[in-house]
Amino acid sequence: MPGPVQSIERAAAILRLLARGSGRLGVGEIATSLGLAKGTTHGILRTLQGVGFVEQDKASGKYQLGATLLHLGTSYLDVNDLRSRAINWADALASRSGEAVRIGTPLDGKVLVVHHVFRPDDSLQTLDVGSLLPLHATALGKVLLAYDADVASQVKDEDLEWFTRRTLVTAEALNRAIGQVRELGWAVEVEEFTPGQASIAAPIRGYGGLVVGAISIAGAVERLCPLADRADPGLVAFVQNAARAISRDLGAGRW
Amino acid sequence: MVAQYVMSIDQGTGSTRAILFDQGGRLVSVAQREHRQFYPRPGWVEHDAMEIWRNLEHVARESLHRVGAGADQVAAIGIANQRETSVLWDRRTGMPIGRAVVWQDTRTDELVAEFAERPDAGIVLERTGLPLATYFSAPRIRWLLDHTPGLYERAERGDVLFGTMESWVVWNLTGGVDGGVHVTDVTNASRTLLMDLRTLQWDKELLDFFGVPAAMLPEIRSSAEVYGTAKRAVRGVRIAAALGDQQAALFGQTCFARGEAKCTYGTGSFLLLNTGGTPVRSTHGLLTTVGYRIGAEPAAYALEGSIAITGALVQWFRDNLGLISSAPEIETLARTVEDNGGCYIVPAFSGLYAPHWHSGARGIIVGLTSYITKGHLARAVLEATGWQTREVVDAMNADSGLELTTLKVDGGMTADNLLMQFLADVLDAPVVRPMIAETVSLGAAYAAGLAVGYWPDLEGLRRNWHRAAQWLPAMDPARRESEYSNWRRAVERTFDWVQPNHAAT
Repeated sequence: MPGPVQSIERAAAILRLLARGSGRLGVGEIATSLGLAKGTTHGILRTLQGVGFVEQDKASGKYQLGATLLHLGTSYLDVNDLRSRAINWADALASRSGEAVRIGTPLDGKVLVVHHVFRPDDSLQTLDVGSLLPLHATALGKVLLAYDADVASQVKDEDLEWFTRRTLVTAEALNRAIGQVRELGWAVEVEEFTPGQASIAAPIRGYGGLVVGAISIAGAVERLCPLADRADPGLVAFVQNAARAISRDLGAGRW
Repeated sequence: MVAQYVMSIDQGTGSTRAILFDQGGRLVSVAQREHRQFYPRPGWVEHDAMEIWRNLEHVARESLHRVGAGADQVAAIGIANQRETSVLWDRRTGMPIGRAVVWQDTRTDELVAEFAERPDAGIVLERTGLPLATYFSAPRIRWLLDHTPGLYERAERGDVLFGTMESWVVWNLTGGVDGGVHVTDVTNASRTLLMDLRTLQWDKELLDFFGVPAAMLPEIRSSAEVYGTAKRAVRGVRIAAALGDQQAALFGQTCFARGEAKCTYGTGSFLLLNTGGTPVRSTHGLLTTVGYRIGAEPAAYALEGSIAITGALVQWFRDNLGLISSAPEIETLARTVEDNGGCYIVPAFSGLYAPHWHSGARGIIVGLTSYITKGHLARAVLEATGWQTREVVDAMNADSGLELTTLKVDGGMTADNLLMQFLADVLDAPVVRPMIAETVSLGAAYAAGLAVGYWPDLEGLRRNWHRAAQWLPAMDPARRESEYSNWRRAVERTFDWVQPNHAAT
C-alpha cells in the first residue's frame, strides 16, 4: 500500500498554520515556518485558493483560511443560492427546449424541487417549487442517485413506490438504470411517474466536481422521446449544456 | 461571417455585464464584474469611472471568449446603464475628475433645498416632469462644479465633459480622447432636470437655473440609432442603442403599448407604466419620464415609481451586518420563521423616494421585542420590498385611472420565491415573471438590434415574451389590511429624521 500523499500533508500543515494566531501570513512566512521552498509553498497555496480553502487579501497579498473551509461541515450550497445562480440558464433551457424545467436537490430520501420554469407556451401552469418528488421514478432523482453515494445508500426496497406500470420497483431494475446514467452522464424517465409524460435530467456540479443537484426538462413523452422510448438527442444536448453552464458558474472547473 | 449575436452591456449600480443574445432573444453568454462601492461619508455613494470602464472592456471580450466568437459576429451593441449617476471628465486627458456620484447619493440635499426656495423653482417640475430631489443629475453637476476650484471655467470652455454612465461608456468605446463621440439618449437626458420633456432638447432656462454650462453637455439622441463604431474592446461593432436601465427593462418586457407596466427588482426597484405618446403628469408622487425613442419615431412616455432601496437592503444585511453570506440566503433565513414577529424595516437609507419623496427620512427598524430573531428581521427585509411596491402601485392606479391586473416582474430578486409570493399577497394581484429575468440587458439588445435591422419590428419581439412563473395572491384580506396599516405607521416614523442646517452628511 502506498504511503501518505506528501502534497496533501503539506497542504494540511499550511491550513493548520493559518488557523493559528492572527491567521494572515505571506508566502515567505509560511515557507519559512514549514521549512519548504517558496515555490513549492506558492504552488500549494494556489491550489488551496482554487478550491476555496484559502483566500488571499488583495491589498497585502497575505493568505488566510477561506470561507468555504469554515462552512465545510454544513451543507455548503444553499438552495436559494443555487436557484439564483442557475436561473438564467434554466430559463434559456426552457426557451430552447420548449419544455418545463426543474432543478432538484436531495432532501430526506426525495428530490426537493428548488426551481421550476414554466413550459413557454403560456398555458396555465402552477409553480411547484418546494414540492417533493420520488428519487426512483424521475430523471432528476436518478441523476442524484447515480452521483451521490450518500443519497443512494438511503434508498431501500420498500421506498420504491409504484406510480405507473413502468415505474422501477425493484432494486435490480433501479441499479441497472443508475448504471446507465453513470455511463451516459444523463438520465431519462419514460412514463414512470405520470402516464404520457417523460423527463430528461443531467447533473449540476459544484466545487471539485461534487454533484449538488440536477436539472431536468419534463413534458409529453411523444415530444421528449419521439422514437421508441429513446430520449431525443437534441433535447439531451440542451439539458447537458445547461447543466454544464450552471456547473461552470458554480466553480466546477472543466467537468 | 454572419452576425449571429447582439451584445448588450448592462452598466449597473453594482456591476457591469456583457450578455450575448441570439436571434431568438435567448441568452448565449454572460460575463460580469462587480465594481467597488465607496461610502466616504454617510449618505455619500461613489464609483470609480475608470474601474467601470476597465471592467467593461474585460466583460465585453470575456462574453465573446466564452463562446469562441469574434467581434465580427456581433451585429450591434446596446447599452443599458444605471441612471442619474454622474461623472465629469477631462476631454483632453480622458481622465475622470474625481469619482462618479451615484444616484443614491444625498450630498446635494441642502443645495436642493436652496433651489426649491427660489421663486422660479416651479419651472423644474413643469418642464421636466420631475421633482427637485437629490436623485437627479443637475444638482450633482452644480455641487461638483462648486467644490473644485477652476472647474466651472474649464467646463464653460468645453474642456470638461459631463455624462451619465452611457455617455462615459460610448465616449470611451468610440475612441475617448481619440475621436470619442459625446452623446446621451432621451431617457437618460430626461433624468438630468435639464431637458424639456416635450421638445426633448436641453432647455436654456433650466441650464441657467442650475448654473450648468451648455458646453459640457452631450448631444441628445434617440434610444435606438447608430451613435458610432467601437474602436476599443469590441472593435468594428456598431453602437446602436442606449437606454437608462429601467427603460431598457420596459422595452425588454415588451411594454410597447399604453397601459403596459413592469417592475424591476434589483438594488432598487422601479415600476414603469407606458403612457403612450403624451407625458402624463403625476399627482400622487410618481415621476413623468421618457419611456424610449426608436430612431425618428415619436417618443413613448412613462410614469415611474422609483423605490431606492430593495436589494440594497439585502446586501446591507449581508455586507454590513454579516447575518447572511450570500444575498439569496435571505430567503433561507426568512423561511426559518412563520412571519415578521411584529417587526418592520423601512429602508429609507437615501431618504424616501416614490411616492413620498422625503429626503430627510432615514431608515428604521421598528417593533423590536426580545422575541425577534434574525429570521424575523430577514422577513422584514423582504416585506419592505413588497410594501414599497404596494404603495407605488396604489399611486400608479390613482394617476393613470387604470387598475393594475397583473404585475410583470424582472431583475435579480425575482429568484426569491418567498418575496414573489409576498408581492402577490400584498398587491392582491398575480405576479408574473418572463422567461428572461435579464430584461434590462434584453431591452438594450432589442433596441440595438432594431436599429441595425437584426430584428425587423416590435411584433416579432413581442412573440419572444413567455411566462416563466406565476404567483397568485393567497393572503387573508383582513391580515393584508392590518399589516399594510402597520407598514404605513412605520413609514411615518421615518419622516424628518435629518434636521435642516445639519452639515451635509
